[in-house]
Amino acid sequence: MTCHDYKDLMMGYLDDELSDEQRHRFEEHLAGCPECAGELQEFKRLKAITDEVTLAEPEDRIWQDYWGGVYNRIERGVGWILFSVAAILLMIYGGFRAIEEIIRDPNVELVFKLGLLALLAGLAILFVSVLRERIYFWKKDRYKDVRR
Amino acid sequence: MSSVCEDETIAMRRCRRGSAEAFEALVNRYMKDAYFIALGLVGNREDAMDLSQEAFVRAYRNIKHVKPDRRFFPWFYQILKNLCVSHLRKRRYRQAASLDGEDCPEVAAAADCFSPEAVAGRNEMKDKVWRAIAKLDDKHREVIILRHFQNMSYDQIAEALFCNKGTVTSRLYYARKKLEELLGTASGGCINDVS
Repeated sequence: MTCHDYKDLMMGYLDDELSDEQRHRFEEHLAGCPECAGELQEFKRLKAITDEVTLAEPEDRIWQDYWGGVYNRIERGVGWILFSVAAILLMIYGGFRAIEEIIRDPNVELVFKLGLLALLAGLAILFVSVLRERIYFWKKDRYKDVRR
Repeated sequence: MSSVCEDETIAMRRCRRGSAEAFEALVNRYMKDAYFIALGLVGNREDAMDLSQEAFVRAYRNIKHVKPDRRFFPWFYQILKNLCVSHLRKRRYRQAASLDGEDCPEVAAAADCFSPEAVAGRNEMKDKVWRAIAKLDDKHREVIILRHFQNMSYDQIAEALFCNKGTVTSRLYYARKKLEELLGTASGGCINDVS
């Protein structure tokens, strides 16, 4: 094994993650390799400095209110979904009724009615096309179940 | 430890059936880990609190899709990390846009948002170490946070990162090398100014 192969063992040695056999093997290498011994000392110094740094603990009140914050977001999320679905349904219904009235109105010119129908047909084709594409790629996605 | 895992499995099963009480137990158990990991990744307290809570919300919405044998935390960690990385990306993009035309290296821009108030019992040395950690790239900062601040074992880190232990040790090695370089601690040196 070269010194490079001992790098992983050096990290494990530093963090006390080695088995007795690995530790023994690494210590044997250290005894005959001043370069790795020196590098280990540098890492030990760095670890001591880094271990001095701890992150500031928030006040207890923050932890007491934490679940409340999460729950409010979950609840509001449900509210937003209901609101959005209702708004879309109402817009579709209102739009349908408005278009129905325009089509049935004898005062509206035929060209305008045909244009409106063509616009709706175009929108419907675009919607179906995008939806079909999404479903196709979702079914083909090899990674859709990864990391679940 | 096994009873803790069993409790968690039961809680996850109940969550999949829609139990908010069971999810509350998981939140109470992991909220501190979530907050401190987010703090280590994004560097300021307000964003860390916001992102950690948002990660729990997304976990609640998706928990029914998790395989029954999966443990909660490694799966949750992926959600949290993705949110933090996405947040950092947006922040860097905003900073780059606001400094349009100026010479602004991306890494330095990210480090600028790391608040020194995140560190307990501040002093000059701790501030320099924190600034150096902020200057690491995301994947190296991540292993330093999980190892040093969360005190996670290599096995736990590997499970959370979906990689093997060899990758964890390798990333730790290069992260620490980079920290030494930034702090000037190699070859018997003392901490230099890393700002």
